[in-house]
Formats: sequence, C-alpha cells, structure tokens
Amino acid sequence: MLGSAVKSLGWKILRAITLPIAVCVFSFLLISHSPIDPIQAYVAADSMLVGPEQRERIAEYWGLHKPPLERLVNWGSAVLQGDLGTSMIFRRPVVDVIKERFLASIALMGAAWVLSGLFGFILGVIAGMNQGSWLDRLIKWYCYTLASTPSFWLGLIMLNVFAVWLAWFPVGLGVPAGVLQEEVTFYDRLRHLVLPAITLSILGVANVALHTRQKLIEVMASDYVLFAKARGERGFLLFWRHGLRNIALPAVTLQFASFSELFGGAVLAERVFSYPGLGQAIVEAALRGDVPLLLGIVIVSALFVFTGNLIADIICRVVDPRIREGEAV
Amino acid sequence: MSDVSLPAGKEQYSGKLPKFNRRQQTLITCVLALLLLAGIAAGGLLIDKVSVNLEIRNLPPSLDHPFGTDWLGRDMFARTIEGLALSLGLGLTAAAASVVIALALGLLAATGGKVLDNFISWLVDLFLGLPHLVTIILIAFTLGGGFKGVLIGVALTHWPSLTRVIRAEVMQLRSADFVHVSRRFGRSRFWVATRHILPHLLPQAFVGLLLLFPHAILHEAAVTFLGFGLSPHQPAIGIILSESMRYLSGGMWWLAFFPGLSLLLMVRAFDTVGDNLRQLMDPRSAHE
Repeated sequence: MLGSAVKSLGWKILRAITLPIAVCVFSFLLISHSPIDPIQAYVAADSMLVGPEQRERIAEYWGLHKPPLERLVNWGSAVLQGDLGTSMIFRRPVVDVIKERFLASIALMGAAWVLSGLFGFILGVIAGMNQGSWLDRLIKWYCYTLASTPSFWLGLIMLNVFAVWLAWFPVGLGVPAGVLQEEVTFYDRLRHLVLPAITLSILGVANVALHTRQKLIEVMASDYVLFAKARGERGFLLFWRHGLRNIALPAVTLQFASFSELFGGAVLAERVFSYPGLGQAIVEAALRGDVPLLLGIVIVSALFVFTGNLIADIICRVVDPRIREGEAV
Repeated sequence: MSDVSLPAGKEQYSGKLPKFNRRQQTLITCVLALLLLAGIAAGGLLIDKVSVNLEIRNLPPSLDHPFGTDWLGRDMFARTIEGLALSLGLGLTAAAASVVIALALGLLAATGGKVLDNFISWLVDLFLGLPHLVTIILIAFTLGGGFKGVLIGVALTHWPSLTRVIRAEVMQLRSADFVHVSRRFGRSRFWVATRHILPHLLPQAFVGLLLLFPHAILHEAAVTFLGFGLSPHQPAIGIILSESMRYLSGGMWWLAFFPGLSLLLMVRAFDTVGDNLRQLMDPRSAHE
C-alpha cells in the first residue's frame, strides 16, 4: 500500500516537472514553424532601408540559420538562466517588459479575482439556500447568461455606459494621458483599474456561484442538516454552522483553479480598455511577430496557471483532512 | 415538486403559463432555438454582400435599419446576420473537430493500456496548463493567422475536457458484462471498441458537441476581436465589434450593442439546447 502511494506521488512529481518543460518546448516548436518572418517583423518600418546583407547579419546574430534543435537548446539554456531575449517591439529585455506588465496585470486580475470570488460565493449561497425560489432561478439564469456572454462585448458596453455616457471613469489606458510617470497618483491608477476589473469580475462570478449552489444543495439534503433542522435551526444560523465549512473549500479550490480563464479574460479586458498589461502585450507581440516576447509571456502565463493549480491542490490537501488521510493509505 | 403546498402567489404565477413537463419544455426550447439558428443560417445565405451607401451612414437604429448603419452606410442588421452565420459555421466545424478528437483520444486512453492512458491524460494536462486563449493565439500565430489559423486554433483546443468525460465513460463501459463476453468470444479490442463502446458514446458526443459549441464560438469571436485571423472584409462578429471600438466615443453605441447581443442570444440558444438534453439524458438530474 505504501508502495502505491509512493508510486502515485512519483507520478505526480514527474508530471509537475515534465509539464512546464513540455509547455516551453511545445510553444517553441509551434512558434518556430510560423510562416511569419521574424526579420521582416523586426525591420518592418524600415524595410526599404535594410538590404539583404543586413538581413543576413541579423539572421546570423539571432542564429536563425542553425537547425531548430540547436536553437531550442540555446534558447532553453538561456531561459533557465533567466534570459528571455530582447523584445523587438519595445527594444528592451523581455524580462523587464514582463515584470512591468505583470505588475499592472496582477493588480487587475487580483482585484477581479477577489471580487468575483466573493460575489460568486455569496450569490451561490443565496441561490443554494433558497433552492427553487424565484431568487434561485434568477441567479441561475444570470449565471447561465453570463457564461454565454462575450466578455469583450460586456467590456465595450461598460465602456460605453460608464466612460462615454456617464463619464465617471476614463476611457482607457492604465494612467492618464499626458502626465509624467512620476506624477501619476495611486488614485489615478485606481480610477483606470475600476472598469476593467469590474468587467472581469462580473464574468468570473458564474462559475463559482453555480458550483457553490450545487454543493450547498447537496449539503442541505444531508442527514445532519435534516437533524439540525429538526432541532429548529433555520436560515443563516443553519448555514453558518453546517453549510459554510462544507462549501468553502470547493469554492476556494475552484477559484484558484480558474487562473487560466482569468488570464484569458484579462487579455480581452485589457484589449478593450487599452490597459497596459500582459494581455495587451501578448496580443501586440503575436500580431507584430515579436517572437521573444510572445514566448516569454506564454511561459509566464503557463507558470501562472500552474501556480494556481498547485495552490488549489495544496489547499485541498492541507485543509481537508479526508483527502490528506486518503493519501496515506 | 408537488404544487399542493405552493403559496398562493406561486400558484397564480404558474397559472399564467400552460404547464408542460420537463420533456415537453425541452422539446419546445429546442425547437425554438433551432428555429433561431436556422433563421440565422438562412439569413447568412440569402443576404449577399452588404452594399456601401454613404448617404445613410451613421444612422441610429430605426424601423428601416433595426440595428442602425455604420460609417460607410452599411446596414448593421445585415452585417450582423452575415457575421453570425459565419461564426455559426466556424463554431460548428471547430466543435465537431474537437468532438472527433475527444472521442478518439478518450477511446484510446481507456482501451489502449496503461502507458497510453497516462500519456493522454498528460496531454490533456498540457493543454489545460496554458490559458485557453493563449493556446489559440499560439496556434493561430503558428499558422500565420487567417481564417484557417483561427479555425484550426479553435478546433484543436476544445477537446481536453470532453476527452476526460469520454474516458471516464469508456472506463465504465469497459467493465460491462457484454464487453467481457464479447472479449471472451474472441473479438479484438478494436472490434469491441467500435461496435460495443462507440455506439454508447454517441449521445455523449452529441451533447458534448452542443456544449462545446458556445465555447468555440466565443473563442472564435474573441480571437478575431483581438485581430487574429479574418480580414476586415469578412463581417465576423469579432471584427464588427473591434471596428466599433473606434466609434464608441463618438456615441455610436449601436455598432457594438446589437451585434454583441445577437451573438449572446445565439450562444445562449445553443447552450440551452445542450443543457436540456444533457439533463434529460442524465437520470439523476432529470427530476431537478
């Protein structure tokens, strides 16, 4: 029995190691097969001025003539040393660009993540405690409709209503235009963050709410809740004593496991609101053929998702004694 | 749910609508949704190239132009229907391709032995390890964008979750008596897989198709919105919406509002059909 536990743990570790590597190799292979010519993308604006010899030298400099495997190995060893190359659009090291953009994105995604988790949970609890009522049906309808809403369209509508008509919030960008970097206040940043964050969190609510509702309905149908009801517990007290602990864990786990969708949503939200985050950068990189930046962001996004899943897994194990004990058997 | 103990208010509410049971409700919603989709498809075929008419540009919605007109005087309603039809075709193709991949991989994983099973679930994890949108962007980039890039990108990335479902289903079927008997009679693995197991998976695959479709179509719209793929001449919803962004601050809200809303309705229609069928098929949730 112990042997099988070790074996399953071994598999898990093997997976945890091979997956990120595979993601890197996979992305590299995909991108290196792209018909988009990196040199053409690099010289784009001055393609009239750059002669064939110069192109040749750029190719030489980047090692584009070498076989793919050698390039992969070179690139891989550079990545392991933390060197992701130089971005062609920004003419700066990719690592610097990613650092700067990641901070902006984290503010956006973090705000949206917390808000959507909180509201999703509350909505799910309200729906689950009142199963079958009009409130439950309304929340369910809302969640299902959200799931079929194009997120960028919602962003456009929000932009139109709150920024264009009501003019409560700025139309886009991460900081006010025409203001020096040093003079941008925290308040300015916050004002530019509100609309994209709200758009993202409105959409993120659906998943958590529906799962929480389902789970709570299951819990409410259990024998111990029946017994508690027989003792006269009702409403909030019943939920507080018997519901919360049972449904909190799945909701938290789910929220951590949703990093992938969060990132995808952020890409779109940043595009709509021209918010200068990672999502905006990956779109620009892919559209303009900036291979090092594209690869760098792909890796960062993979690490981001991986971290989320890992945390979800750990929380599950640490908090829930049933899973922990199951592991040892 | 018995309606004996319902409070008076509820009784009145349900009295307004004729009562249908679940099966009838599902049938009605399915027919309505299919009519809507057929209408979109027919509209896409009937409407040929939307003409440019500079005299009627930038009109807000009216009876003549229910969705308004754009900066070139093109009727937005016609453009929207055309875009929806394009998305419909693209989404269906991509979802169908994903279902075929999921069926093949799911069958392989469950019947092909331990190593293959581990490899396929590793592959599933690999695809789920990148944000979905990023994977599509990567694939579209690799193929140099264009209609083909978007189609293949969307088609190649929607199978992982369904593969898991199908694998679990095959695992269950594999231990059924009739499968064991058939194997003992000397039928090959392949024969059993295609004759005994595959037919049981078809309903799953069909519902899977309906449930994948909304994802596929939303991703398609998202990727075109970001600027990958389709050229500005093709009136995909994503392109219409990204063009409208430039005119929003000029107050032309109808350019974005109606096309997006139509997309939402279409996706919701598909989702409703898929969800209803799934619930009917699953006896545990049939009484919910």
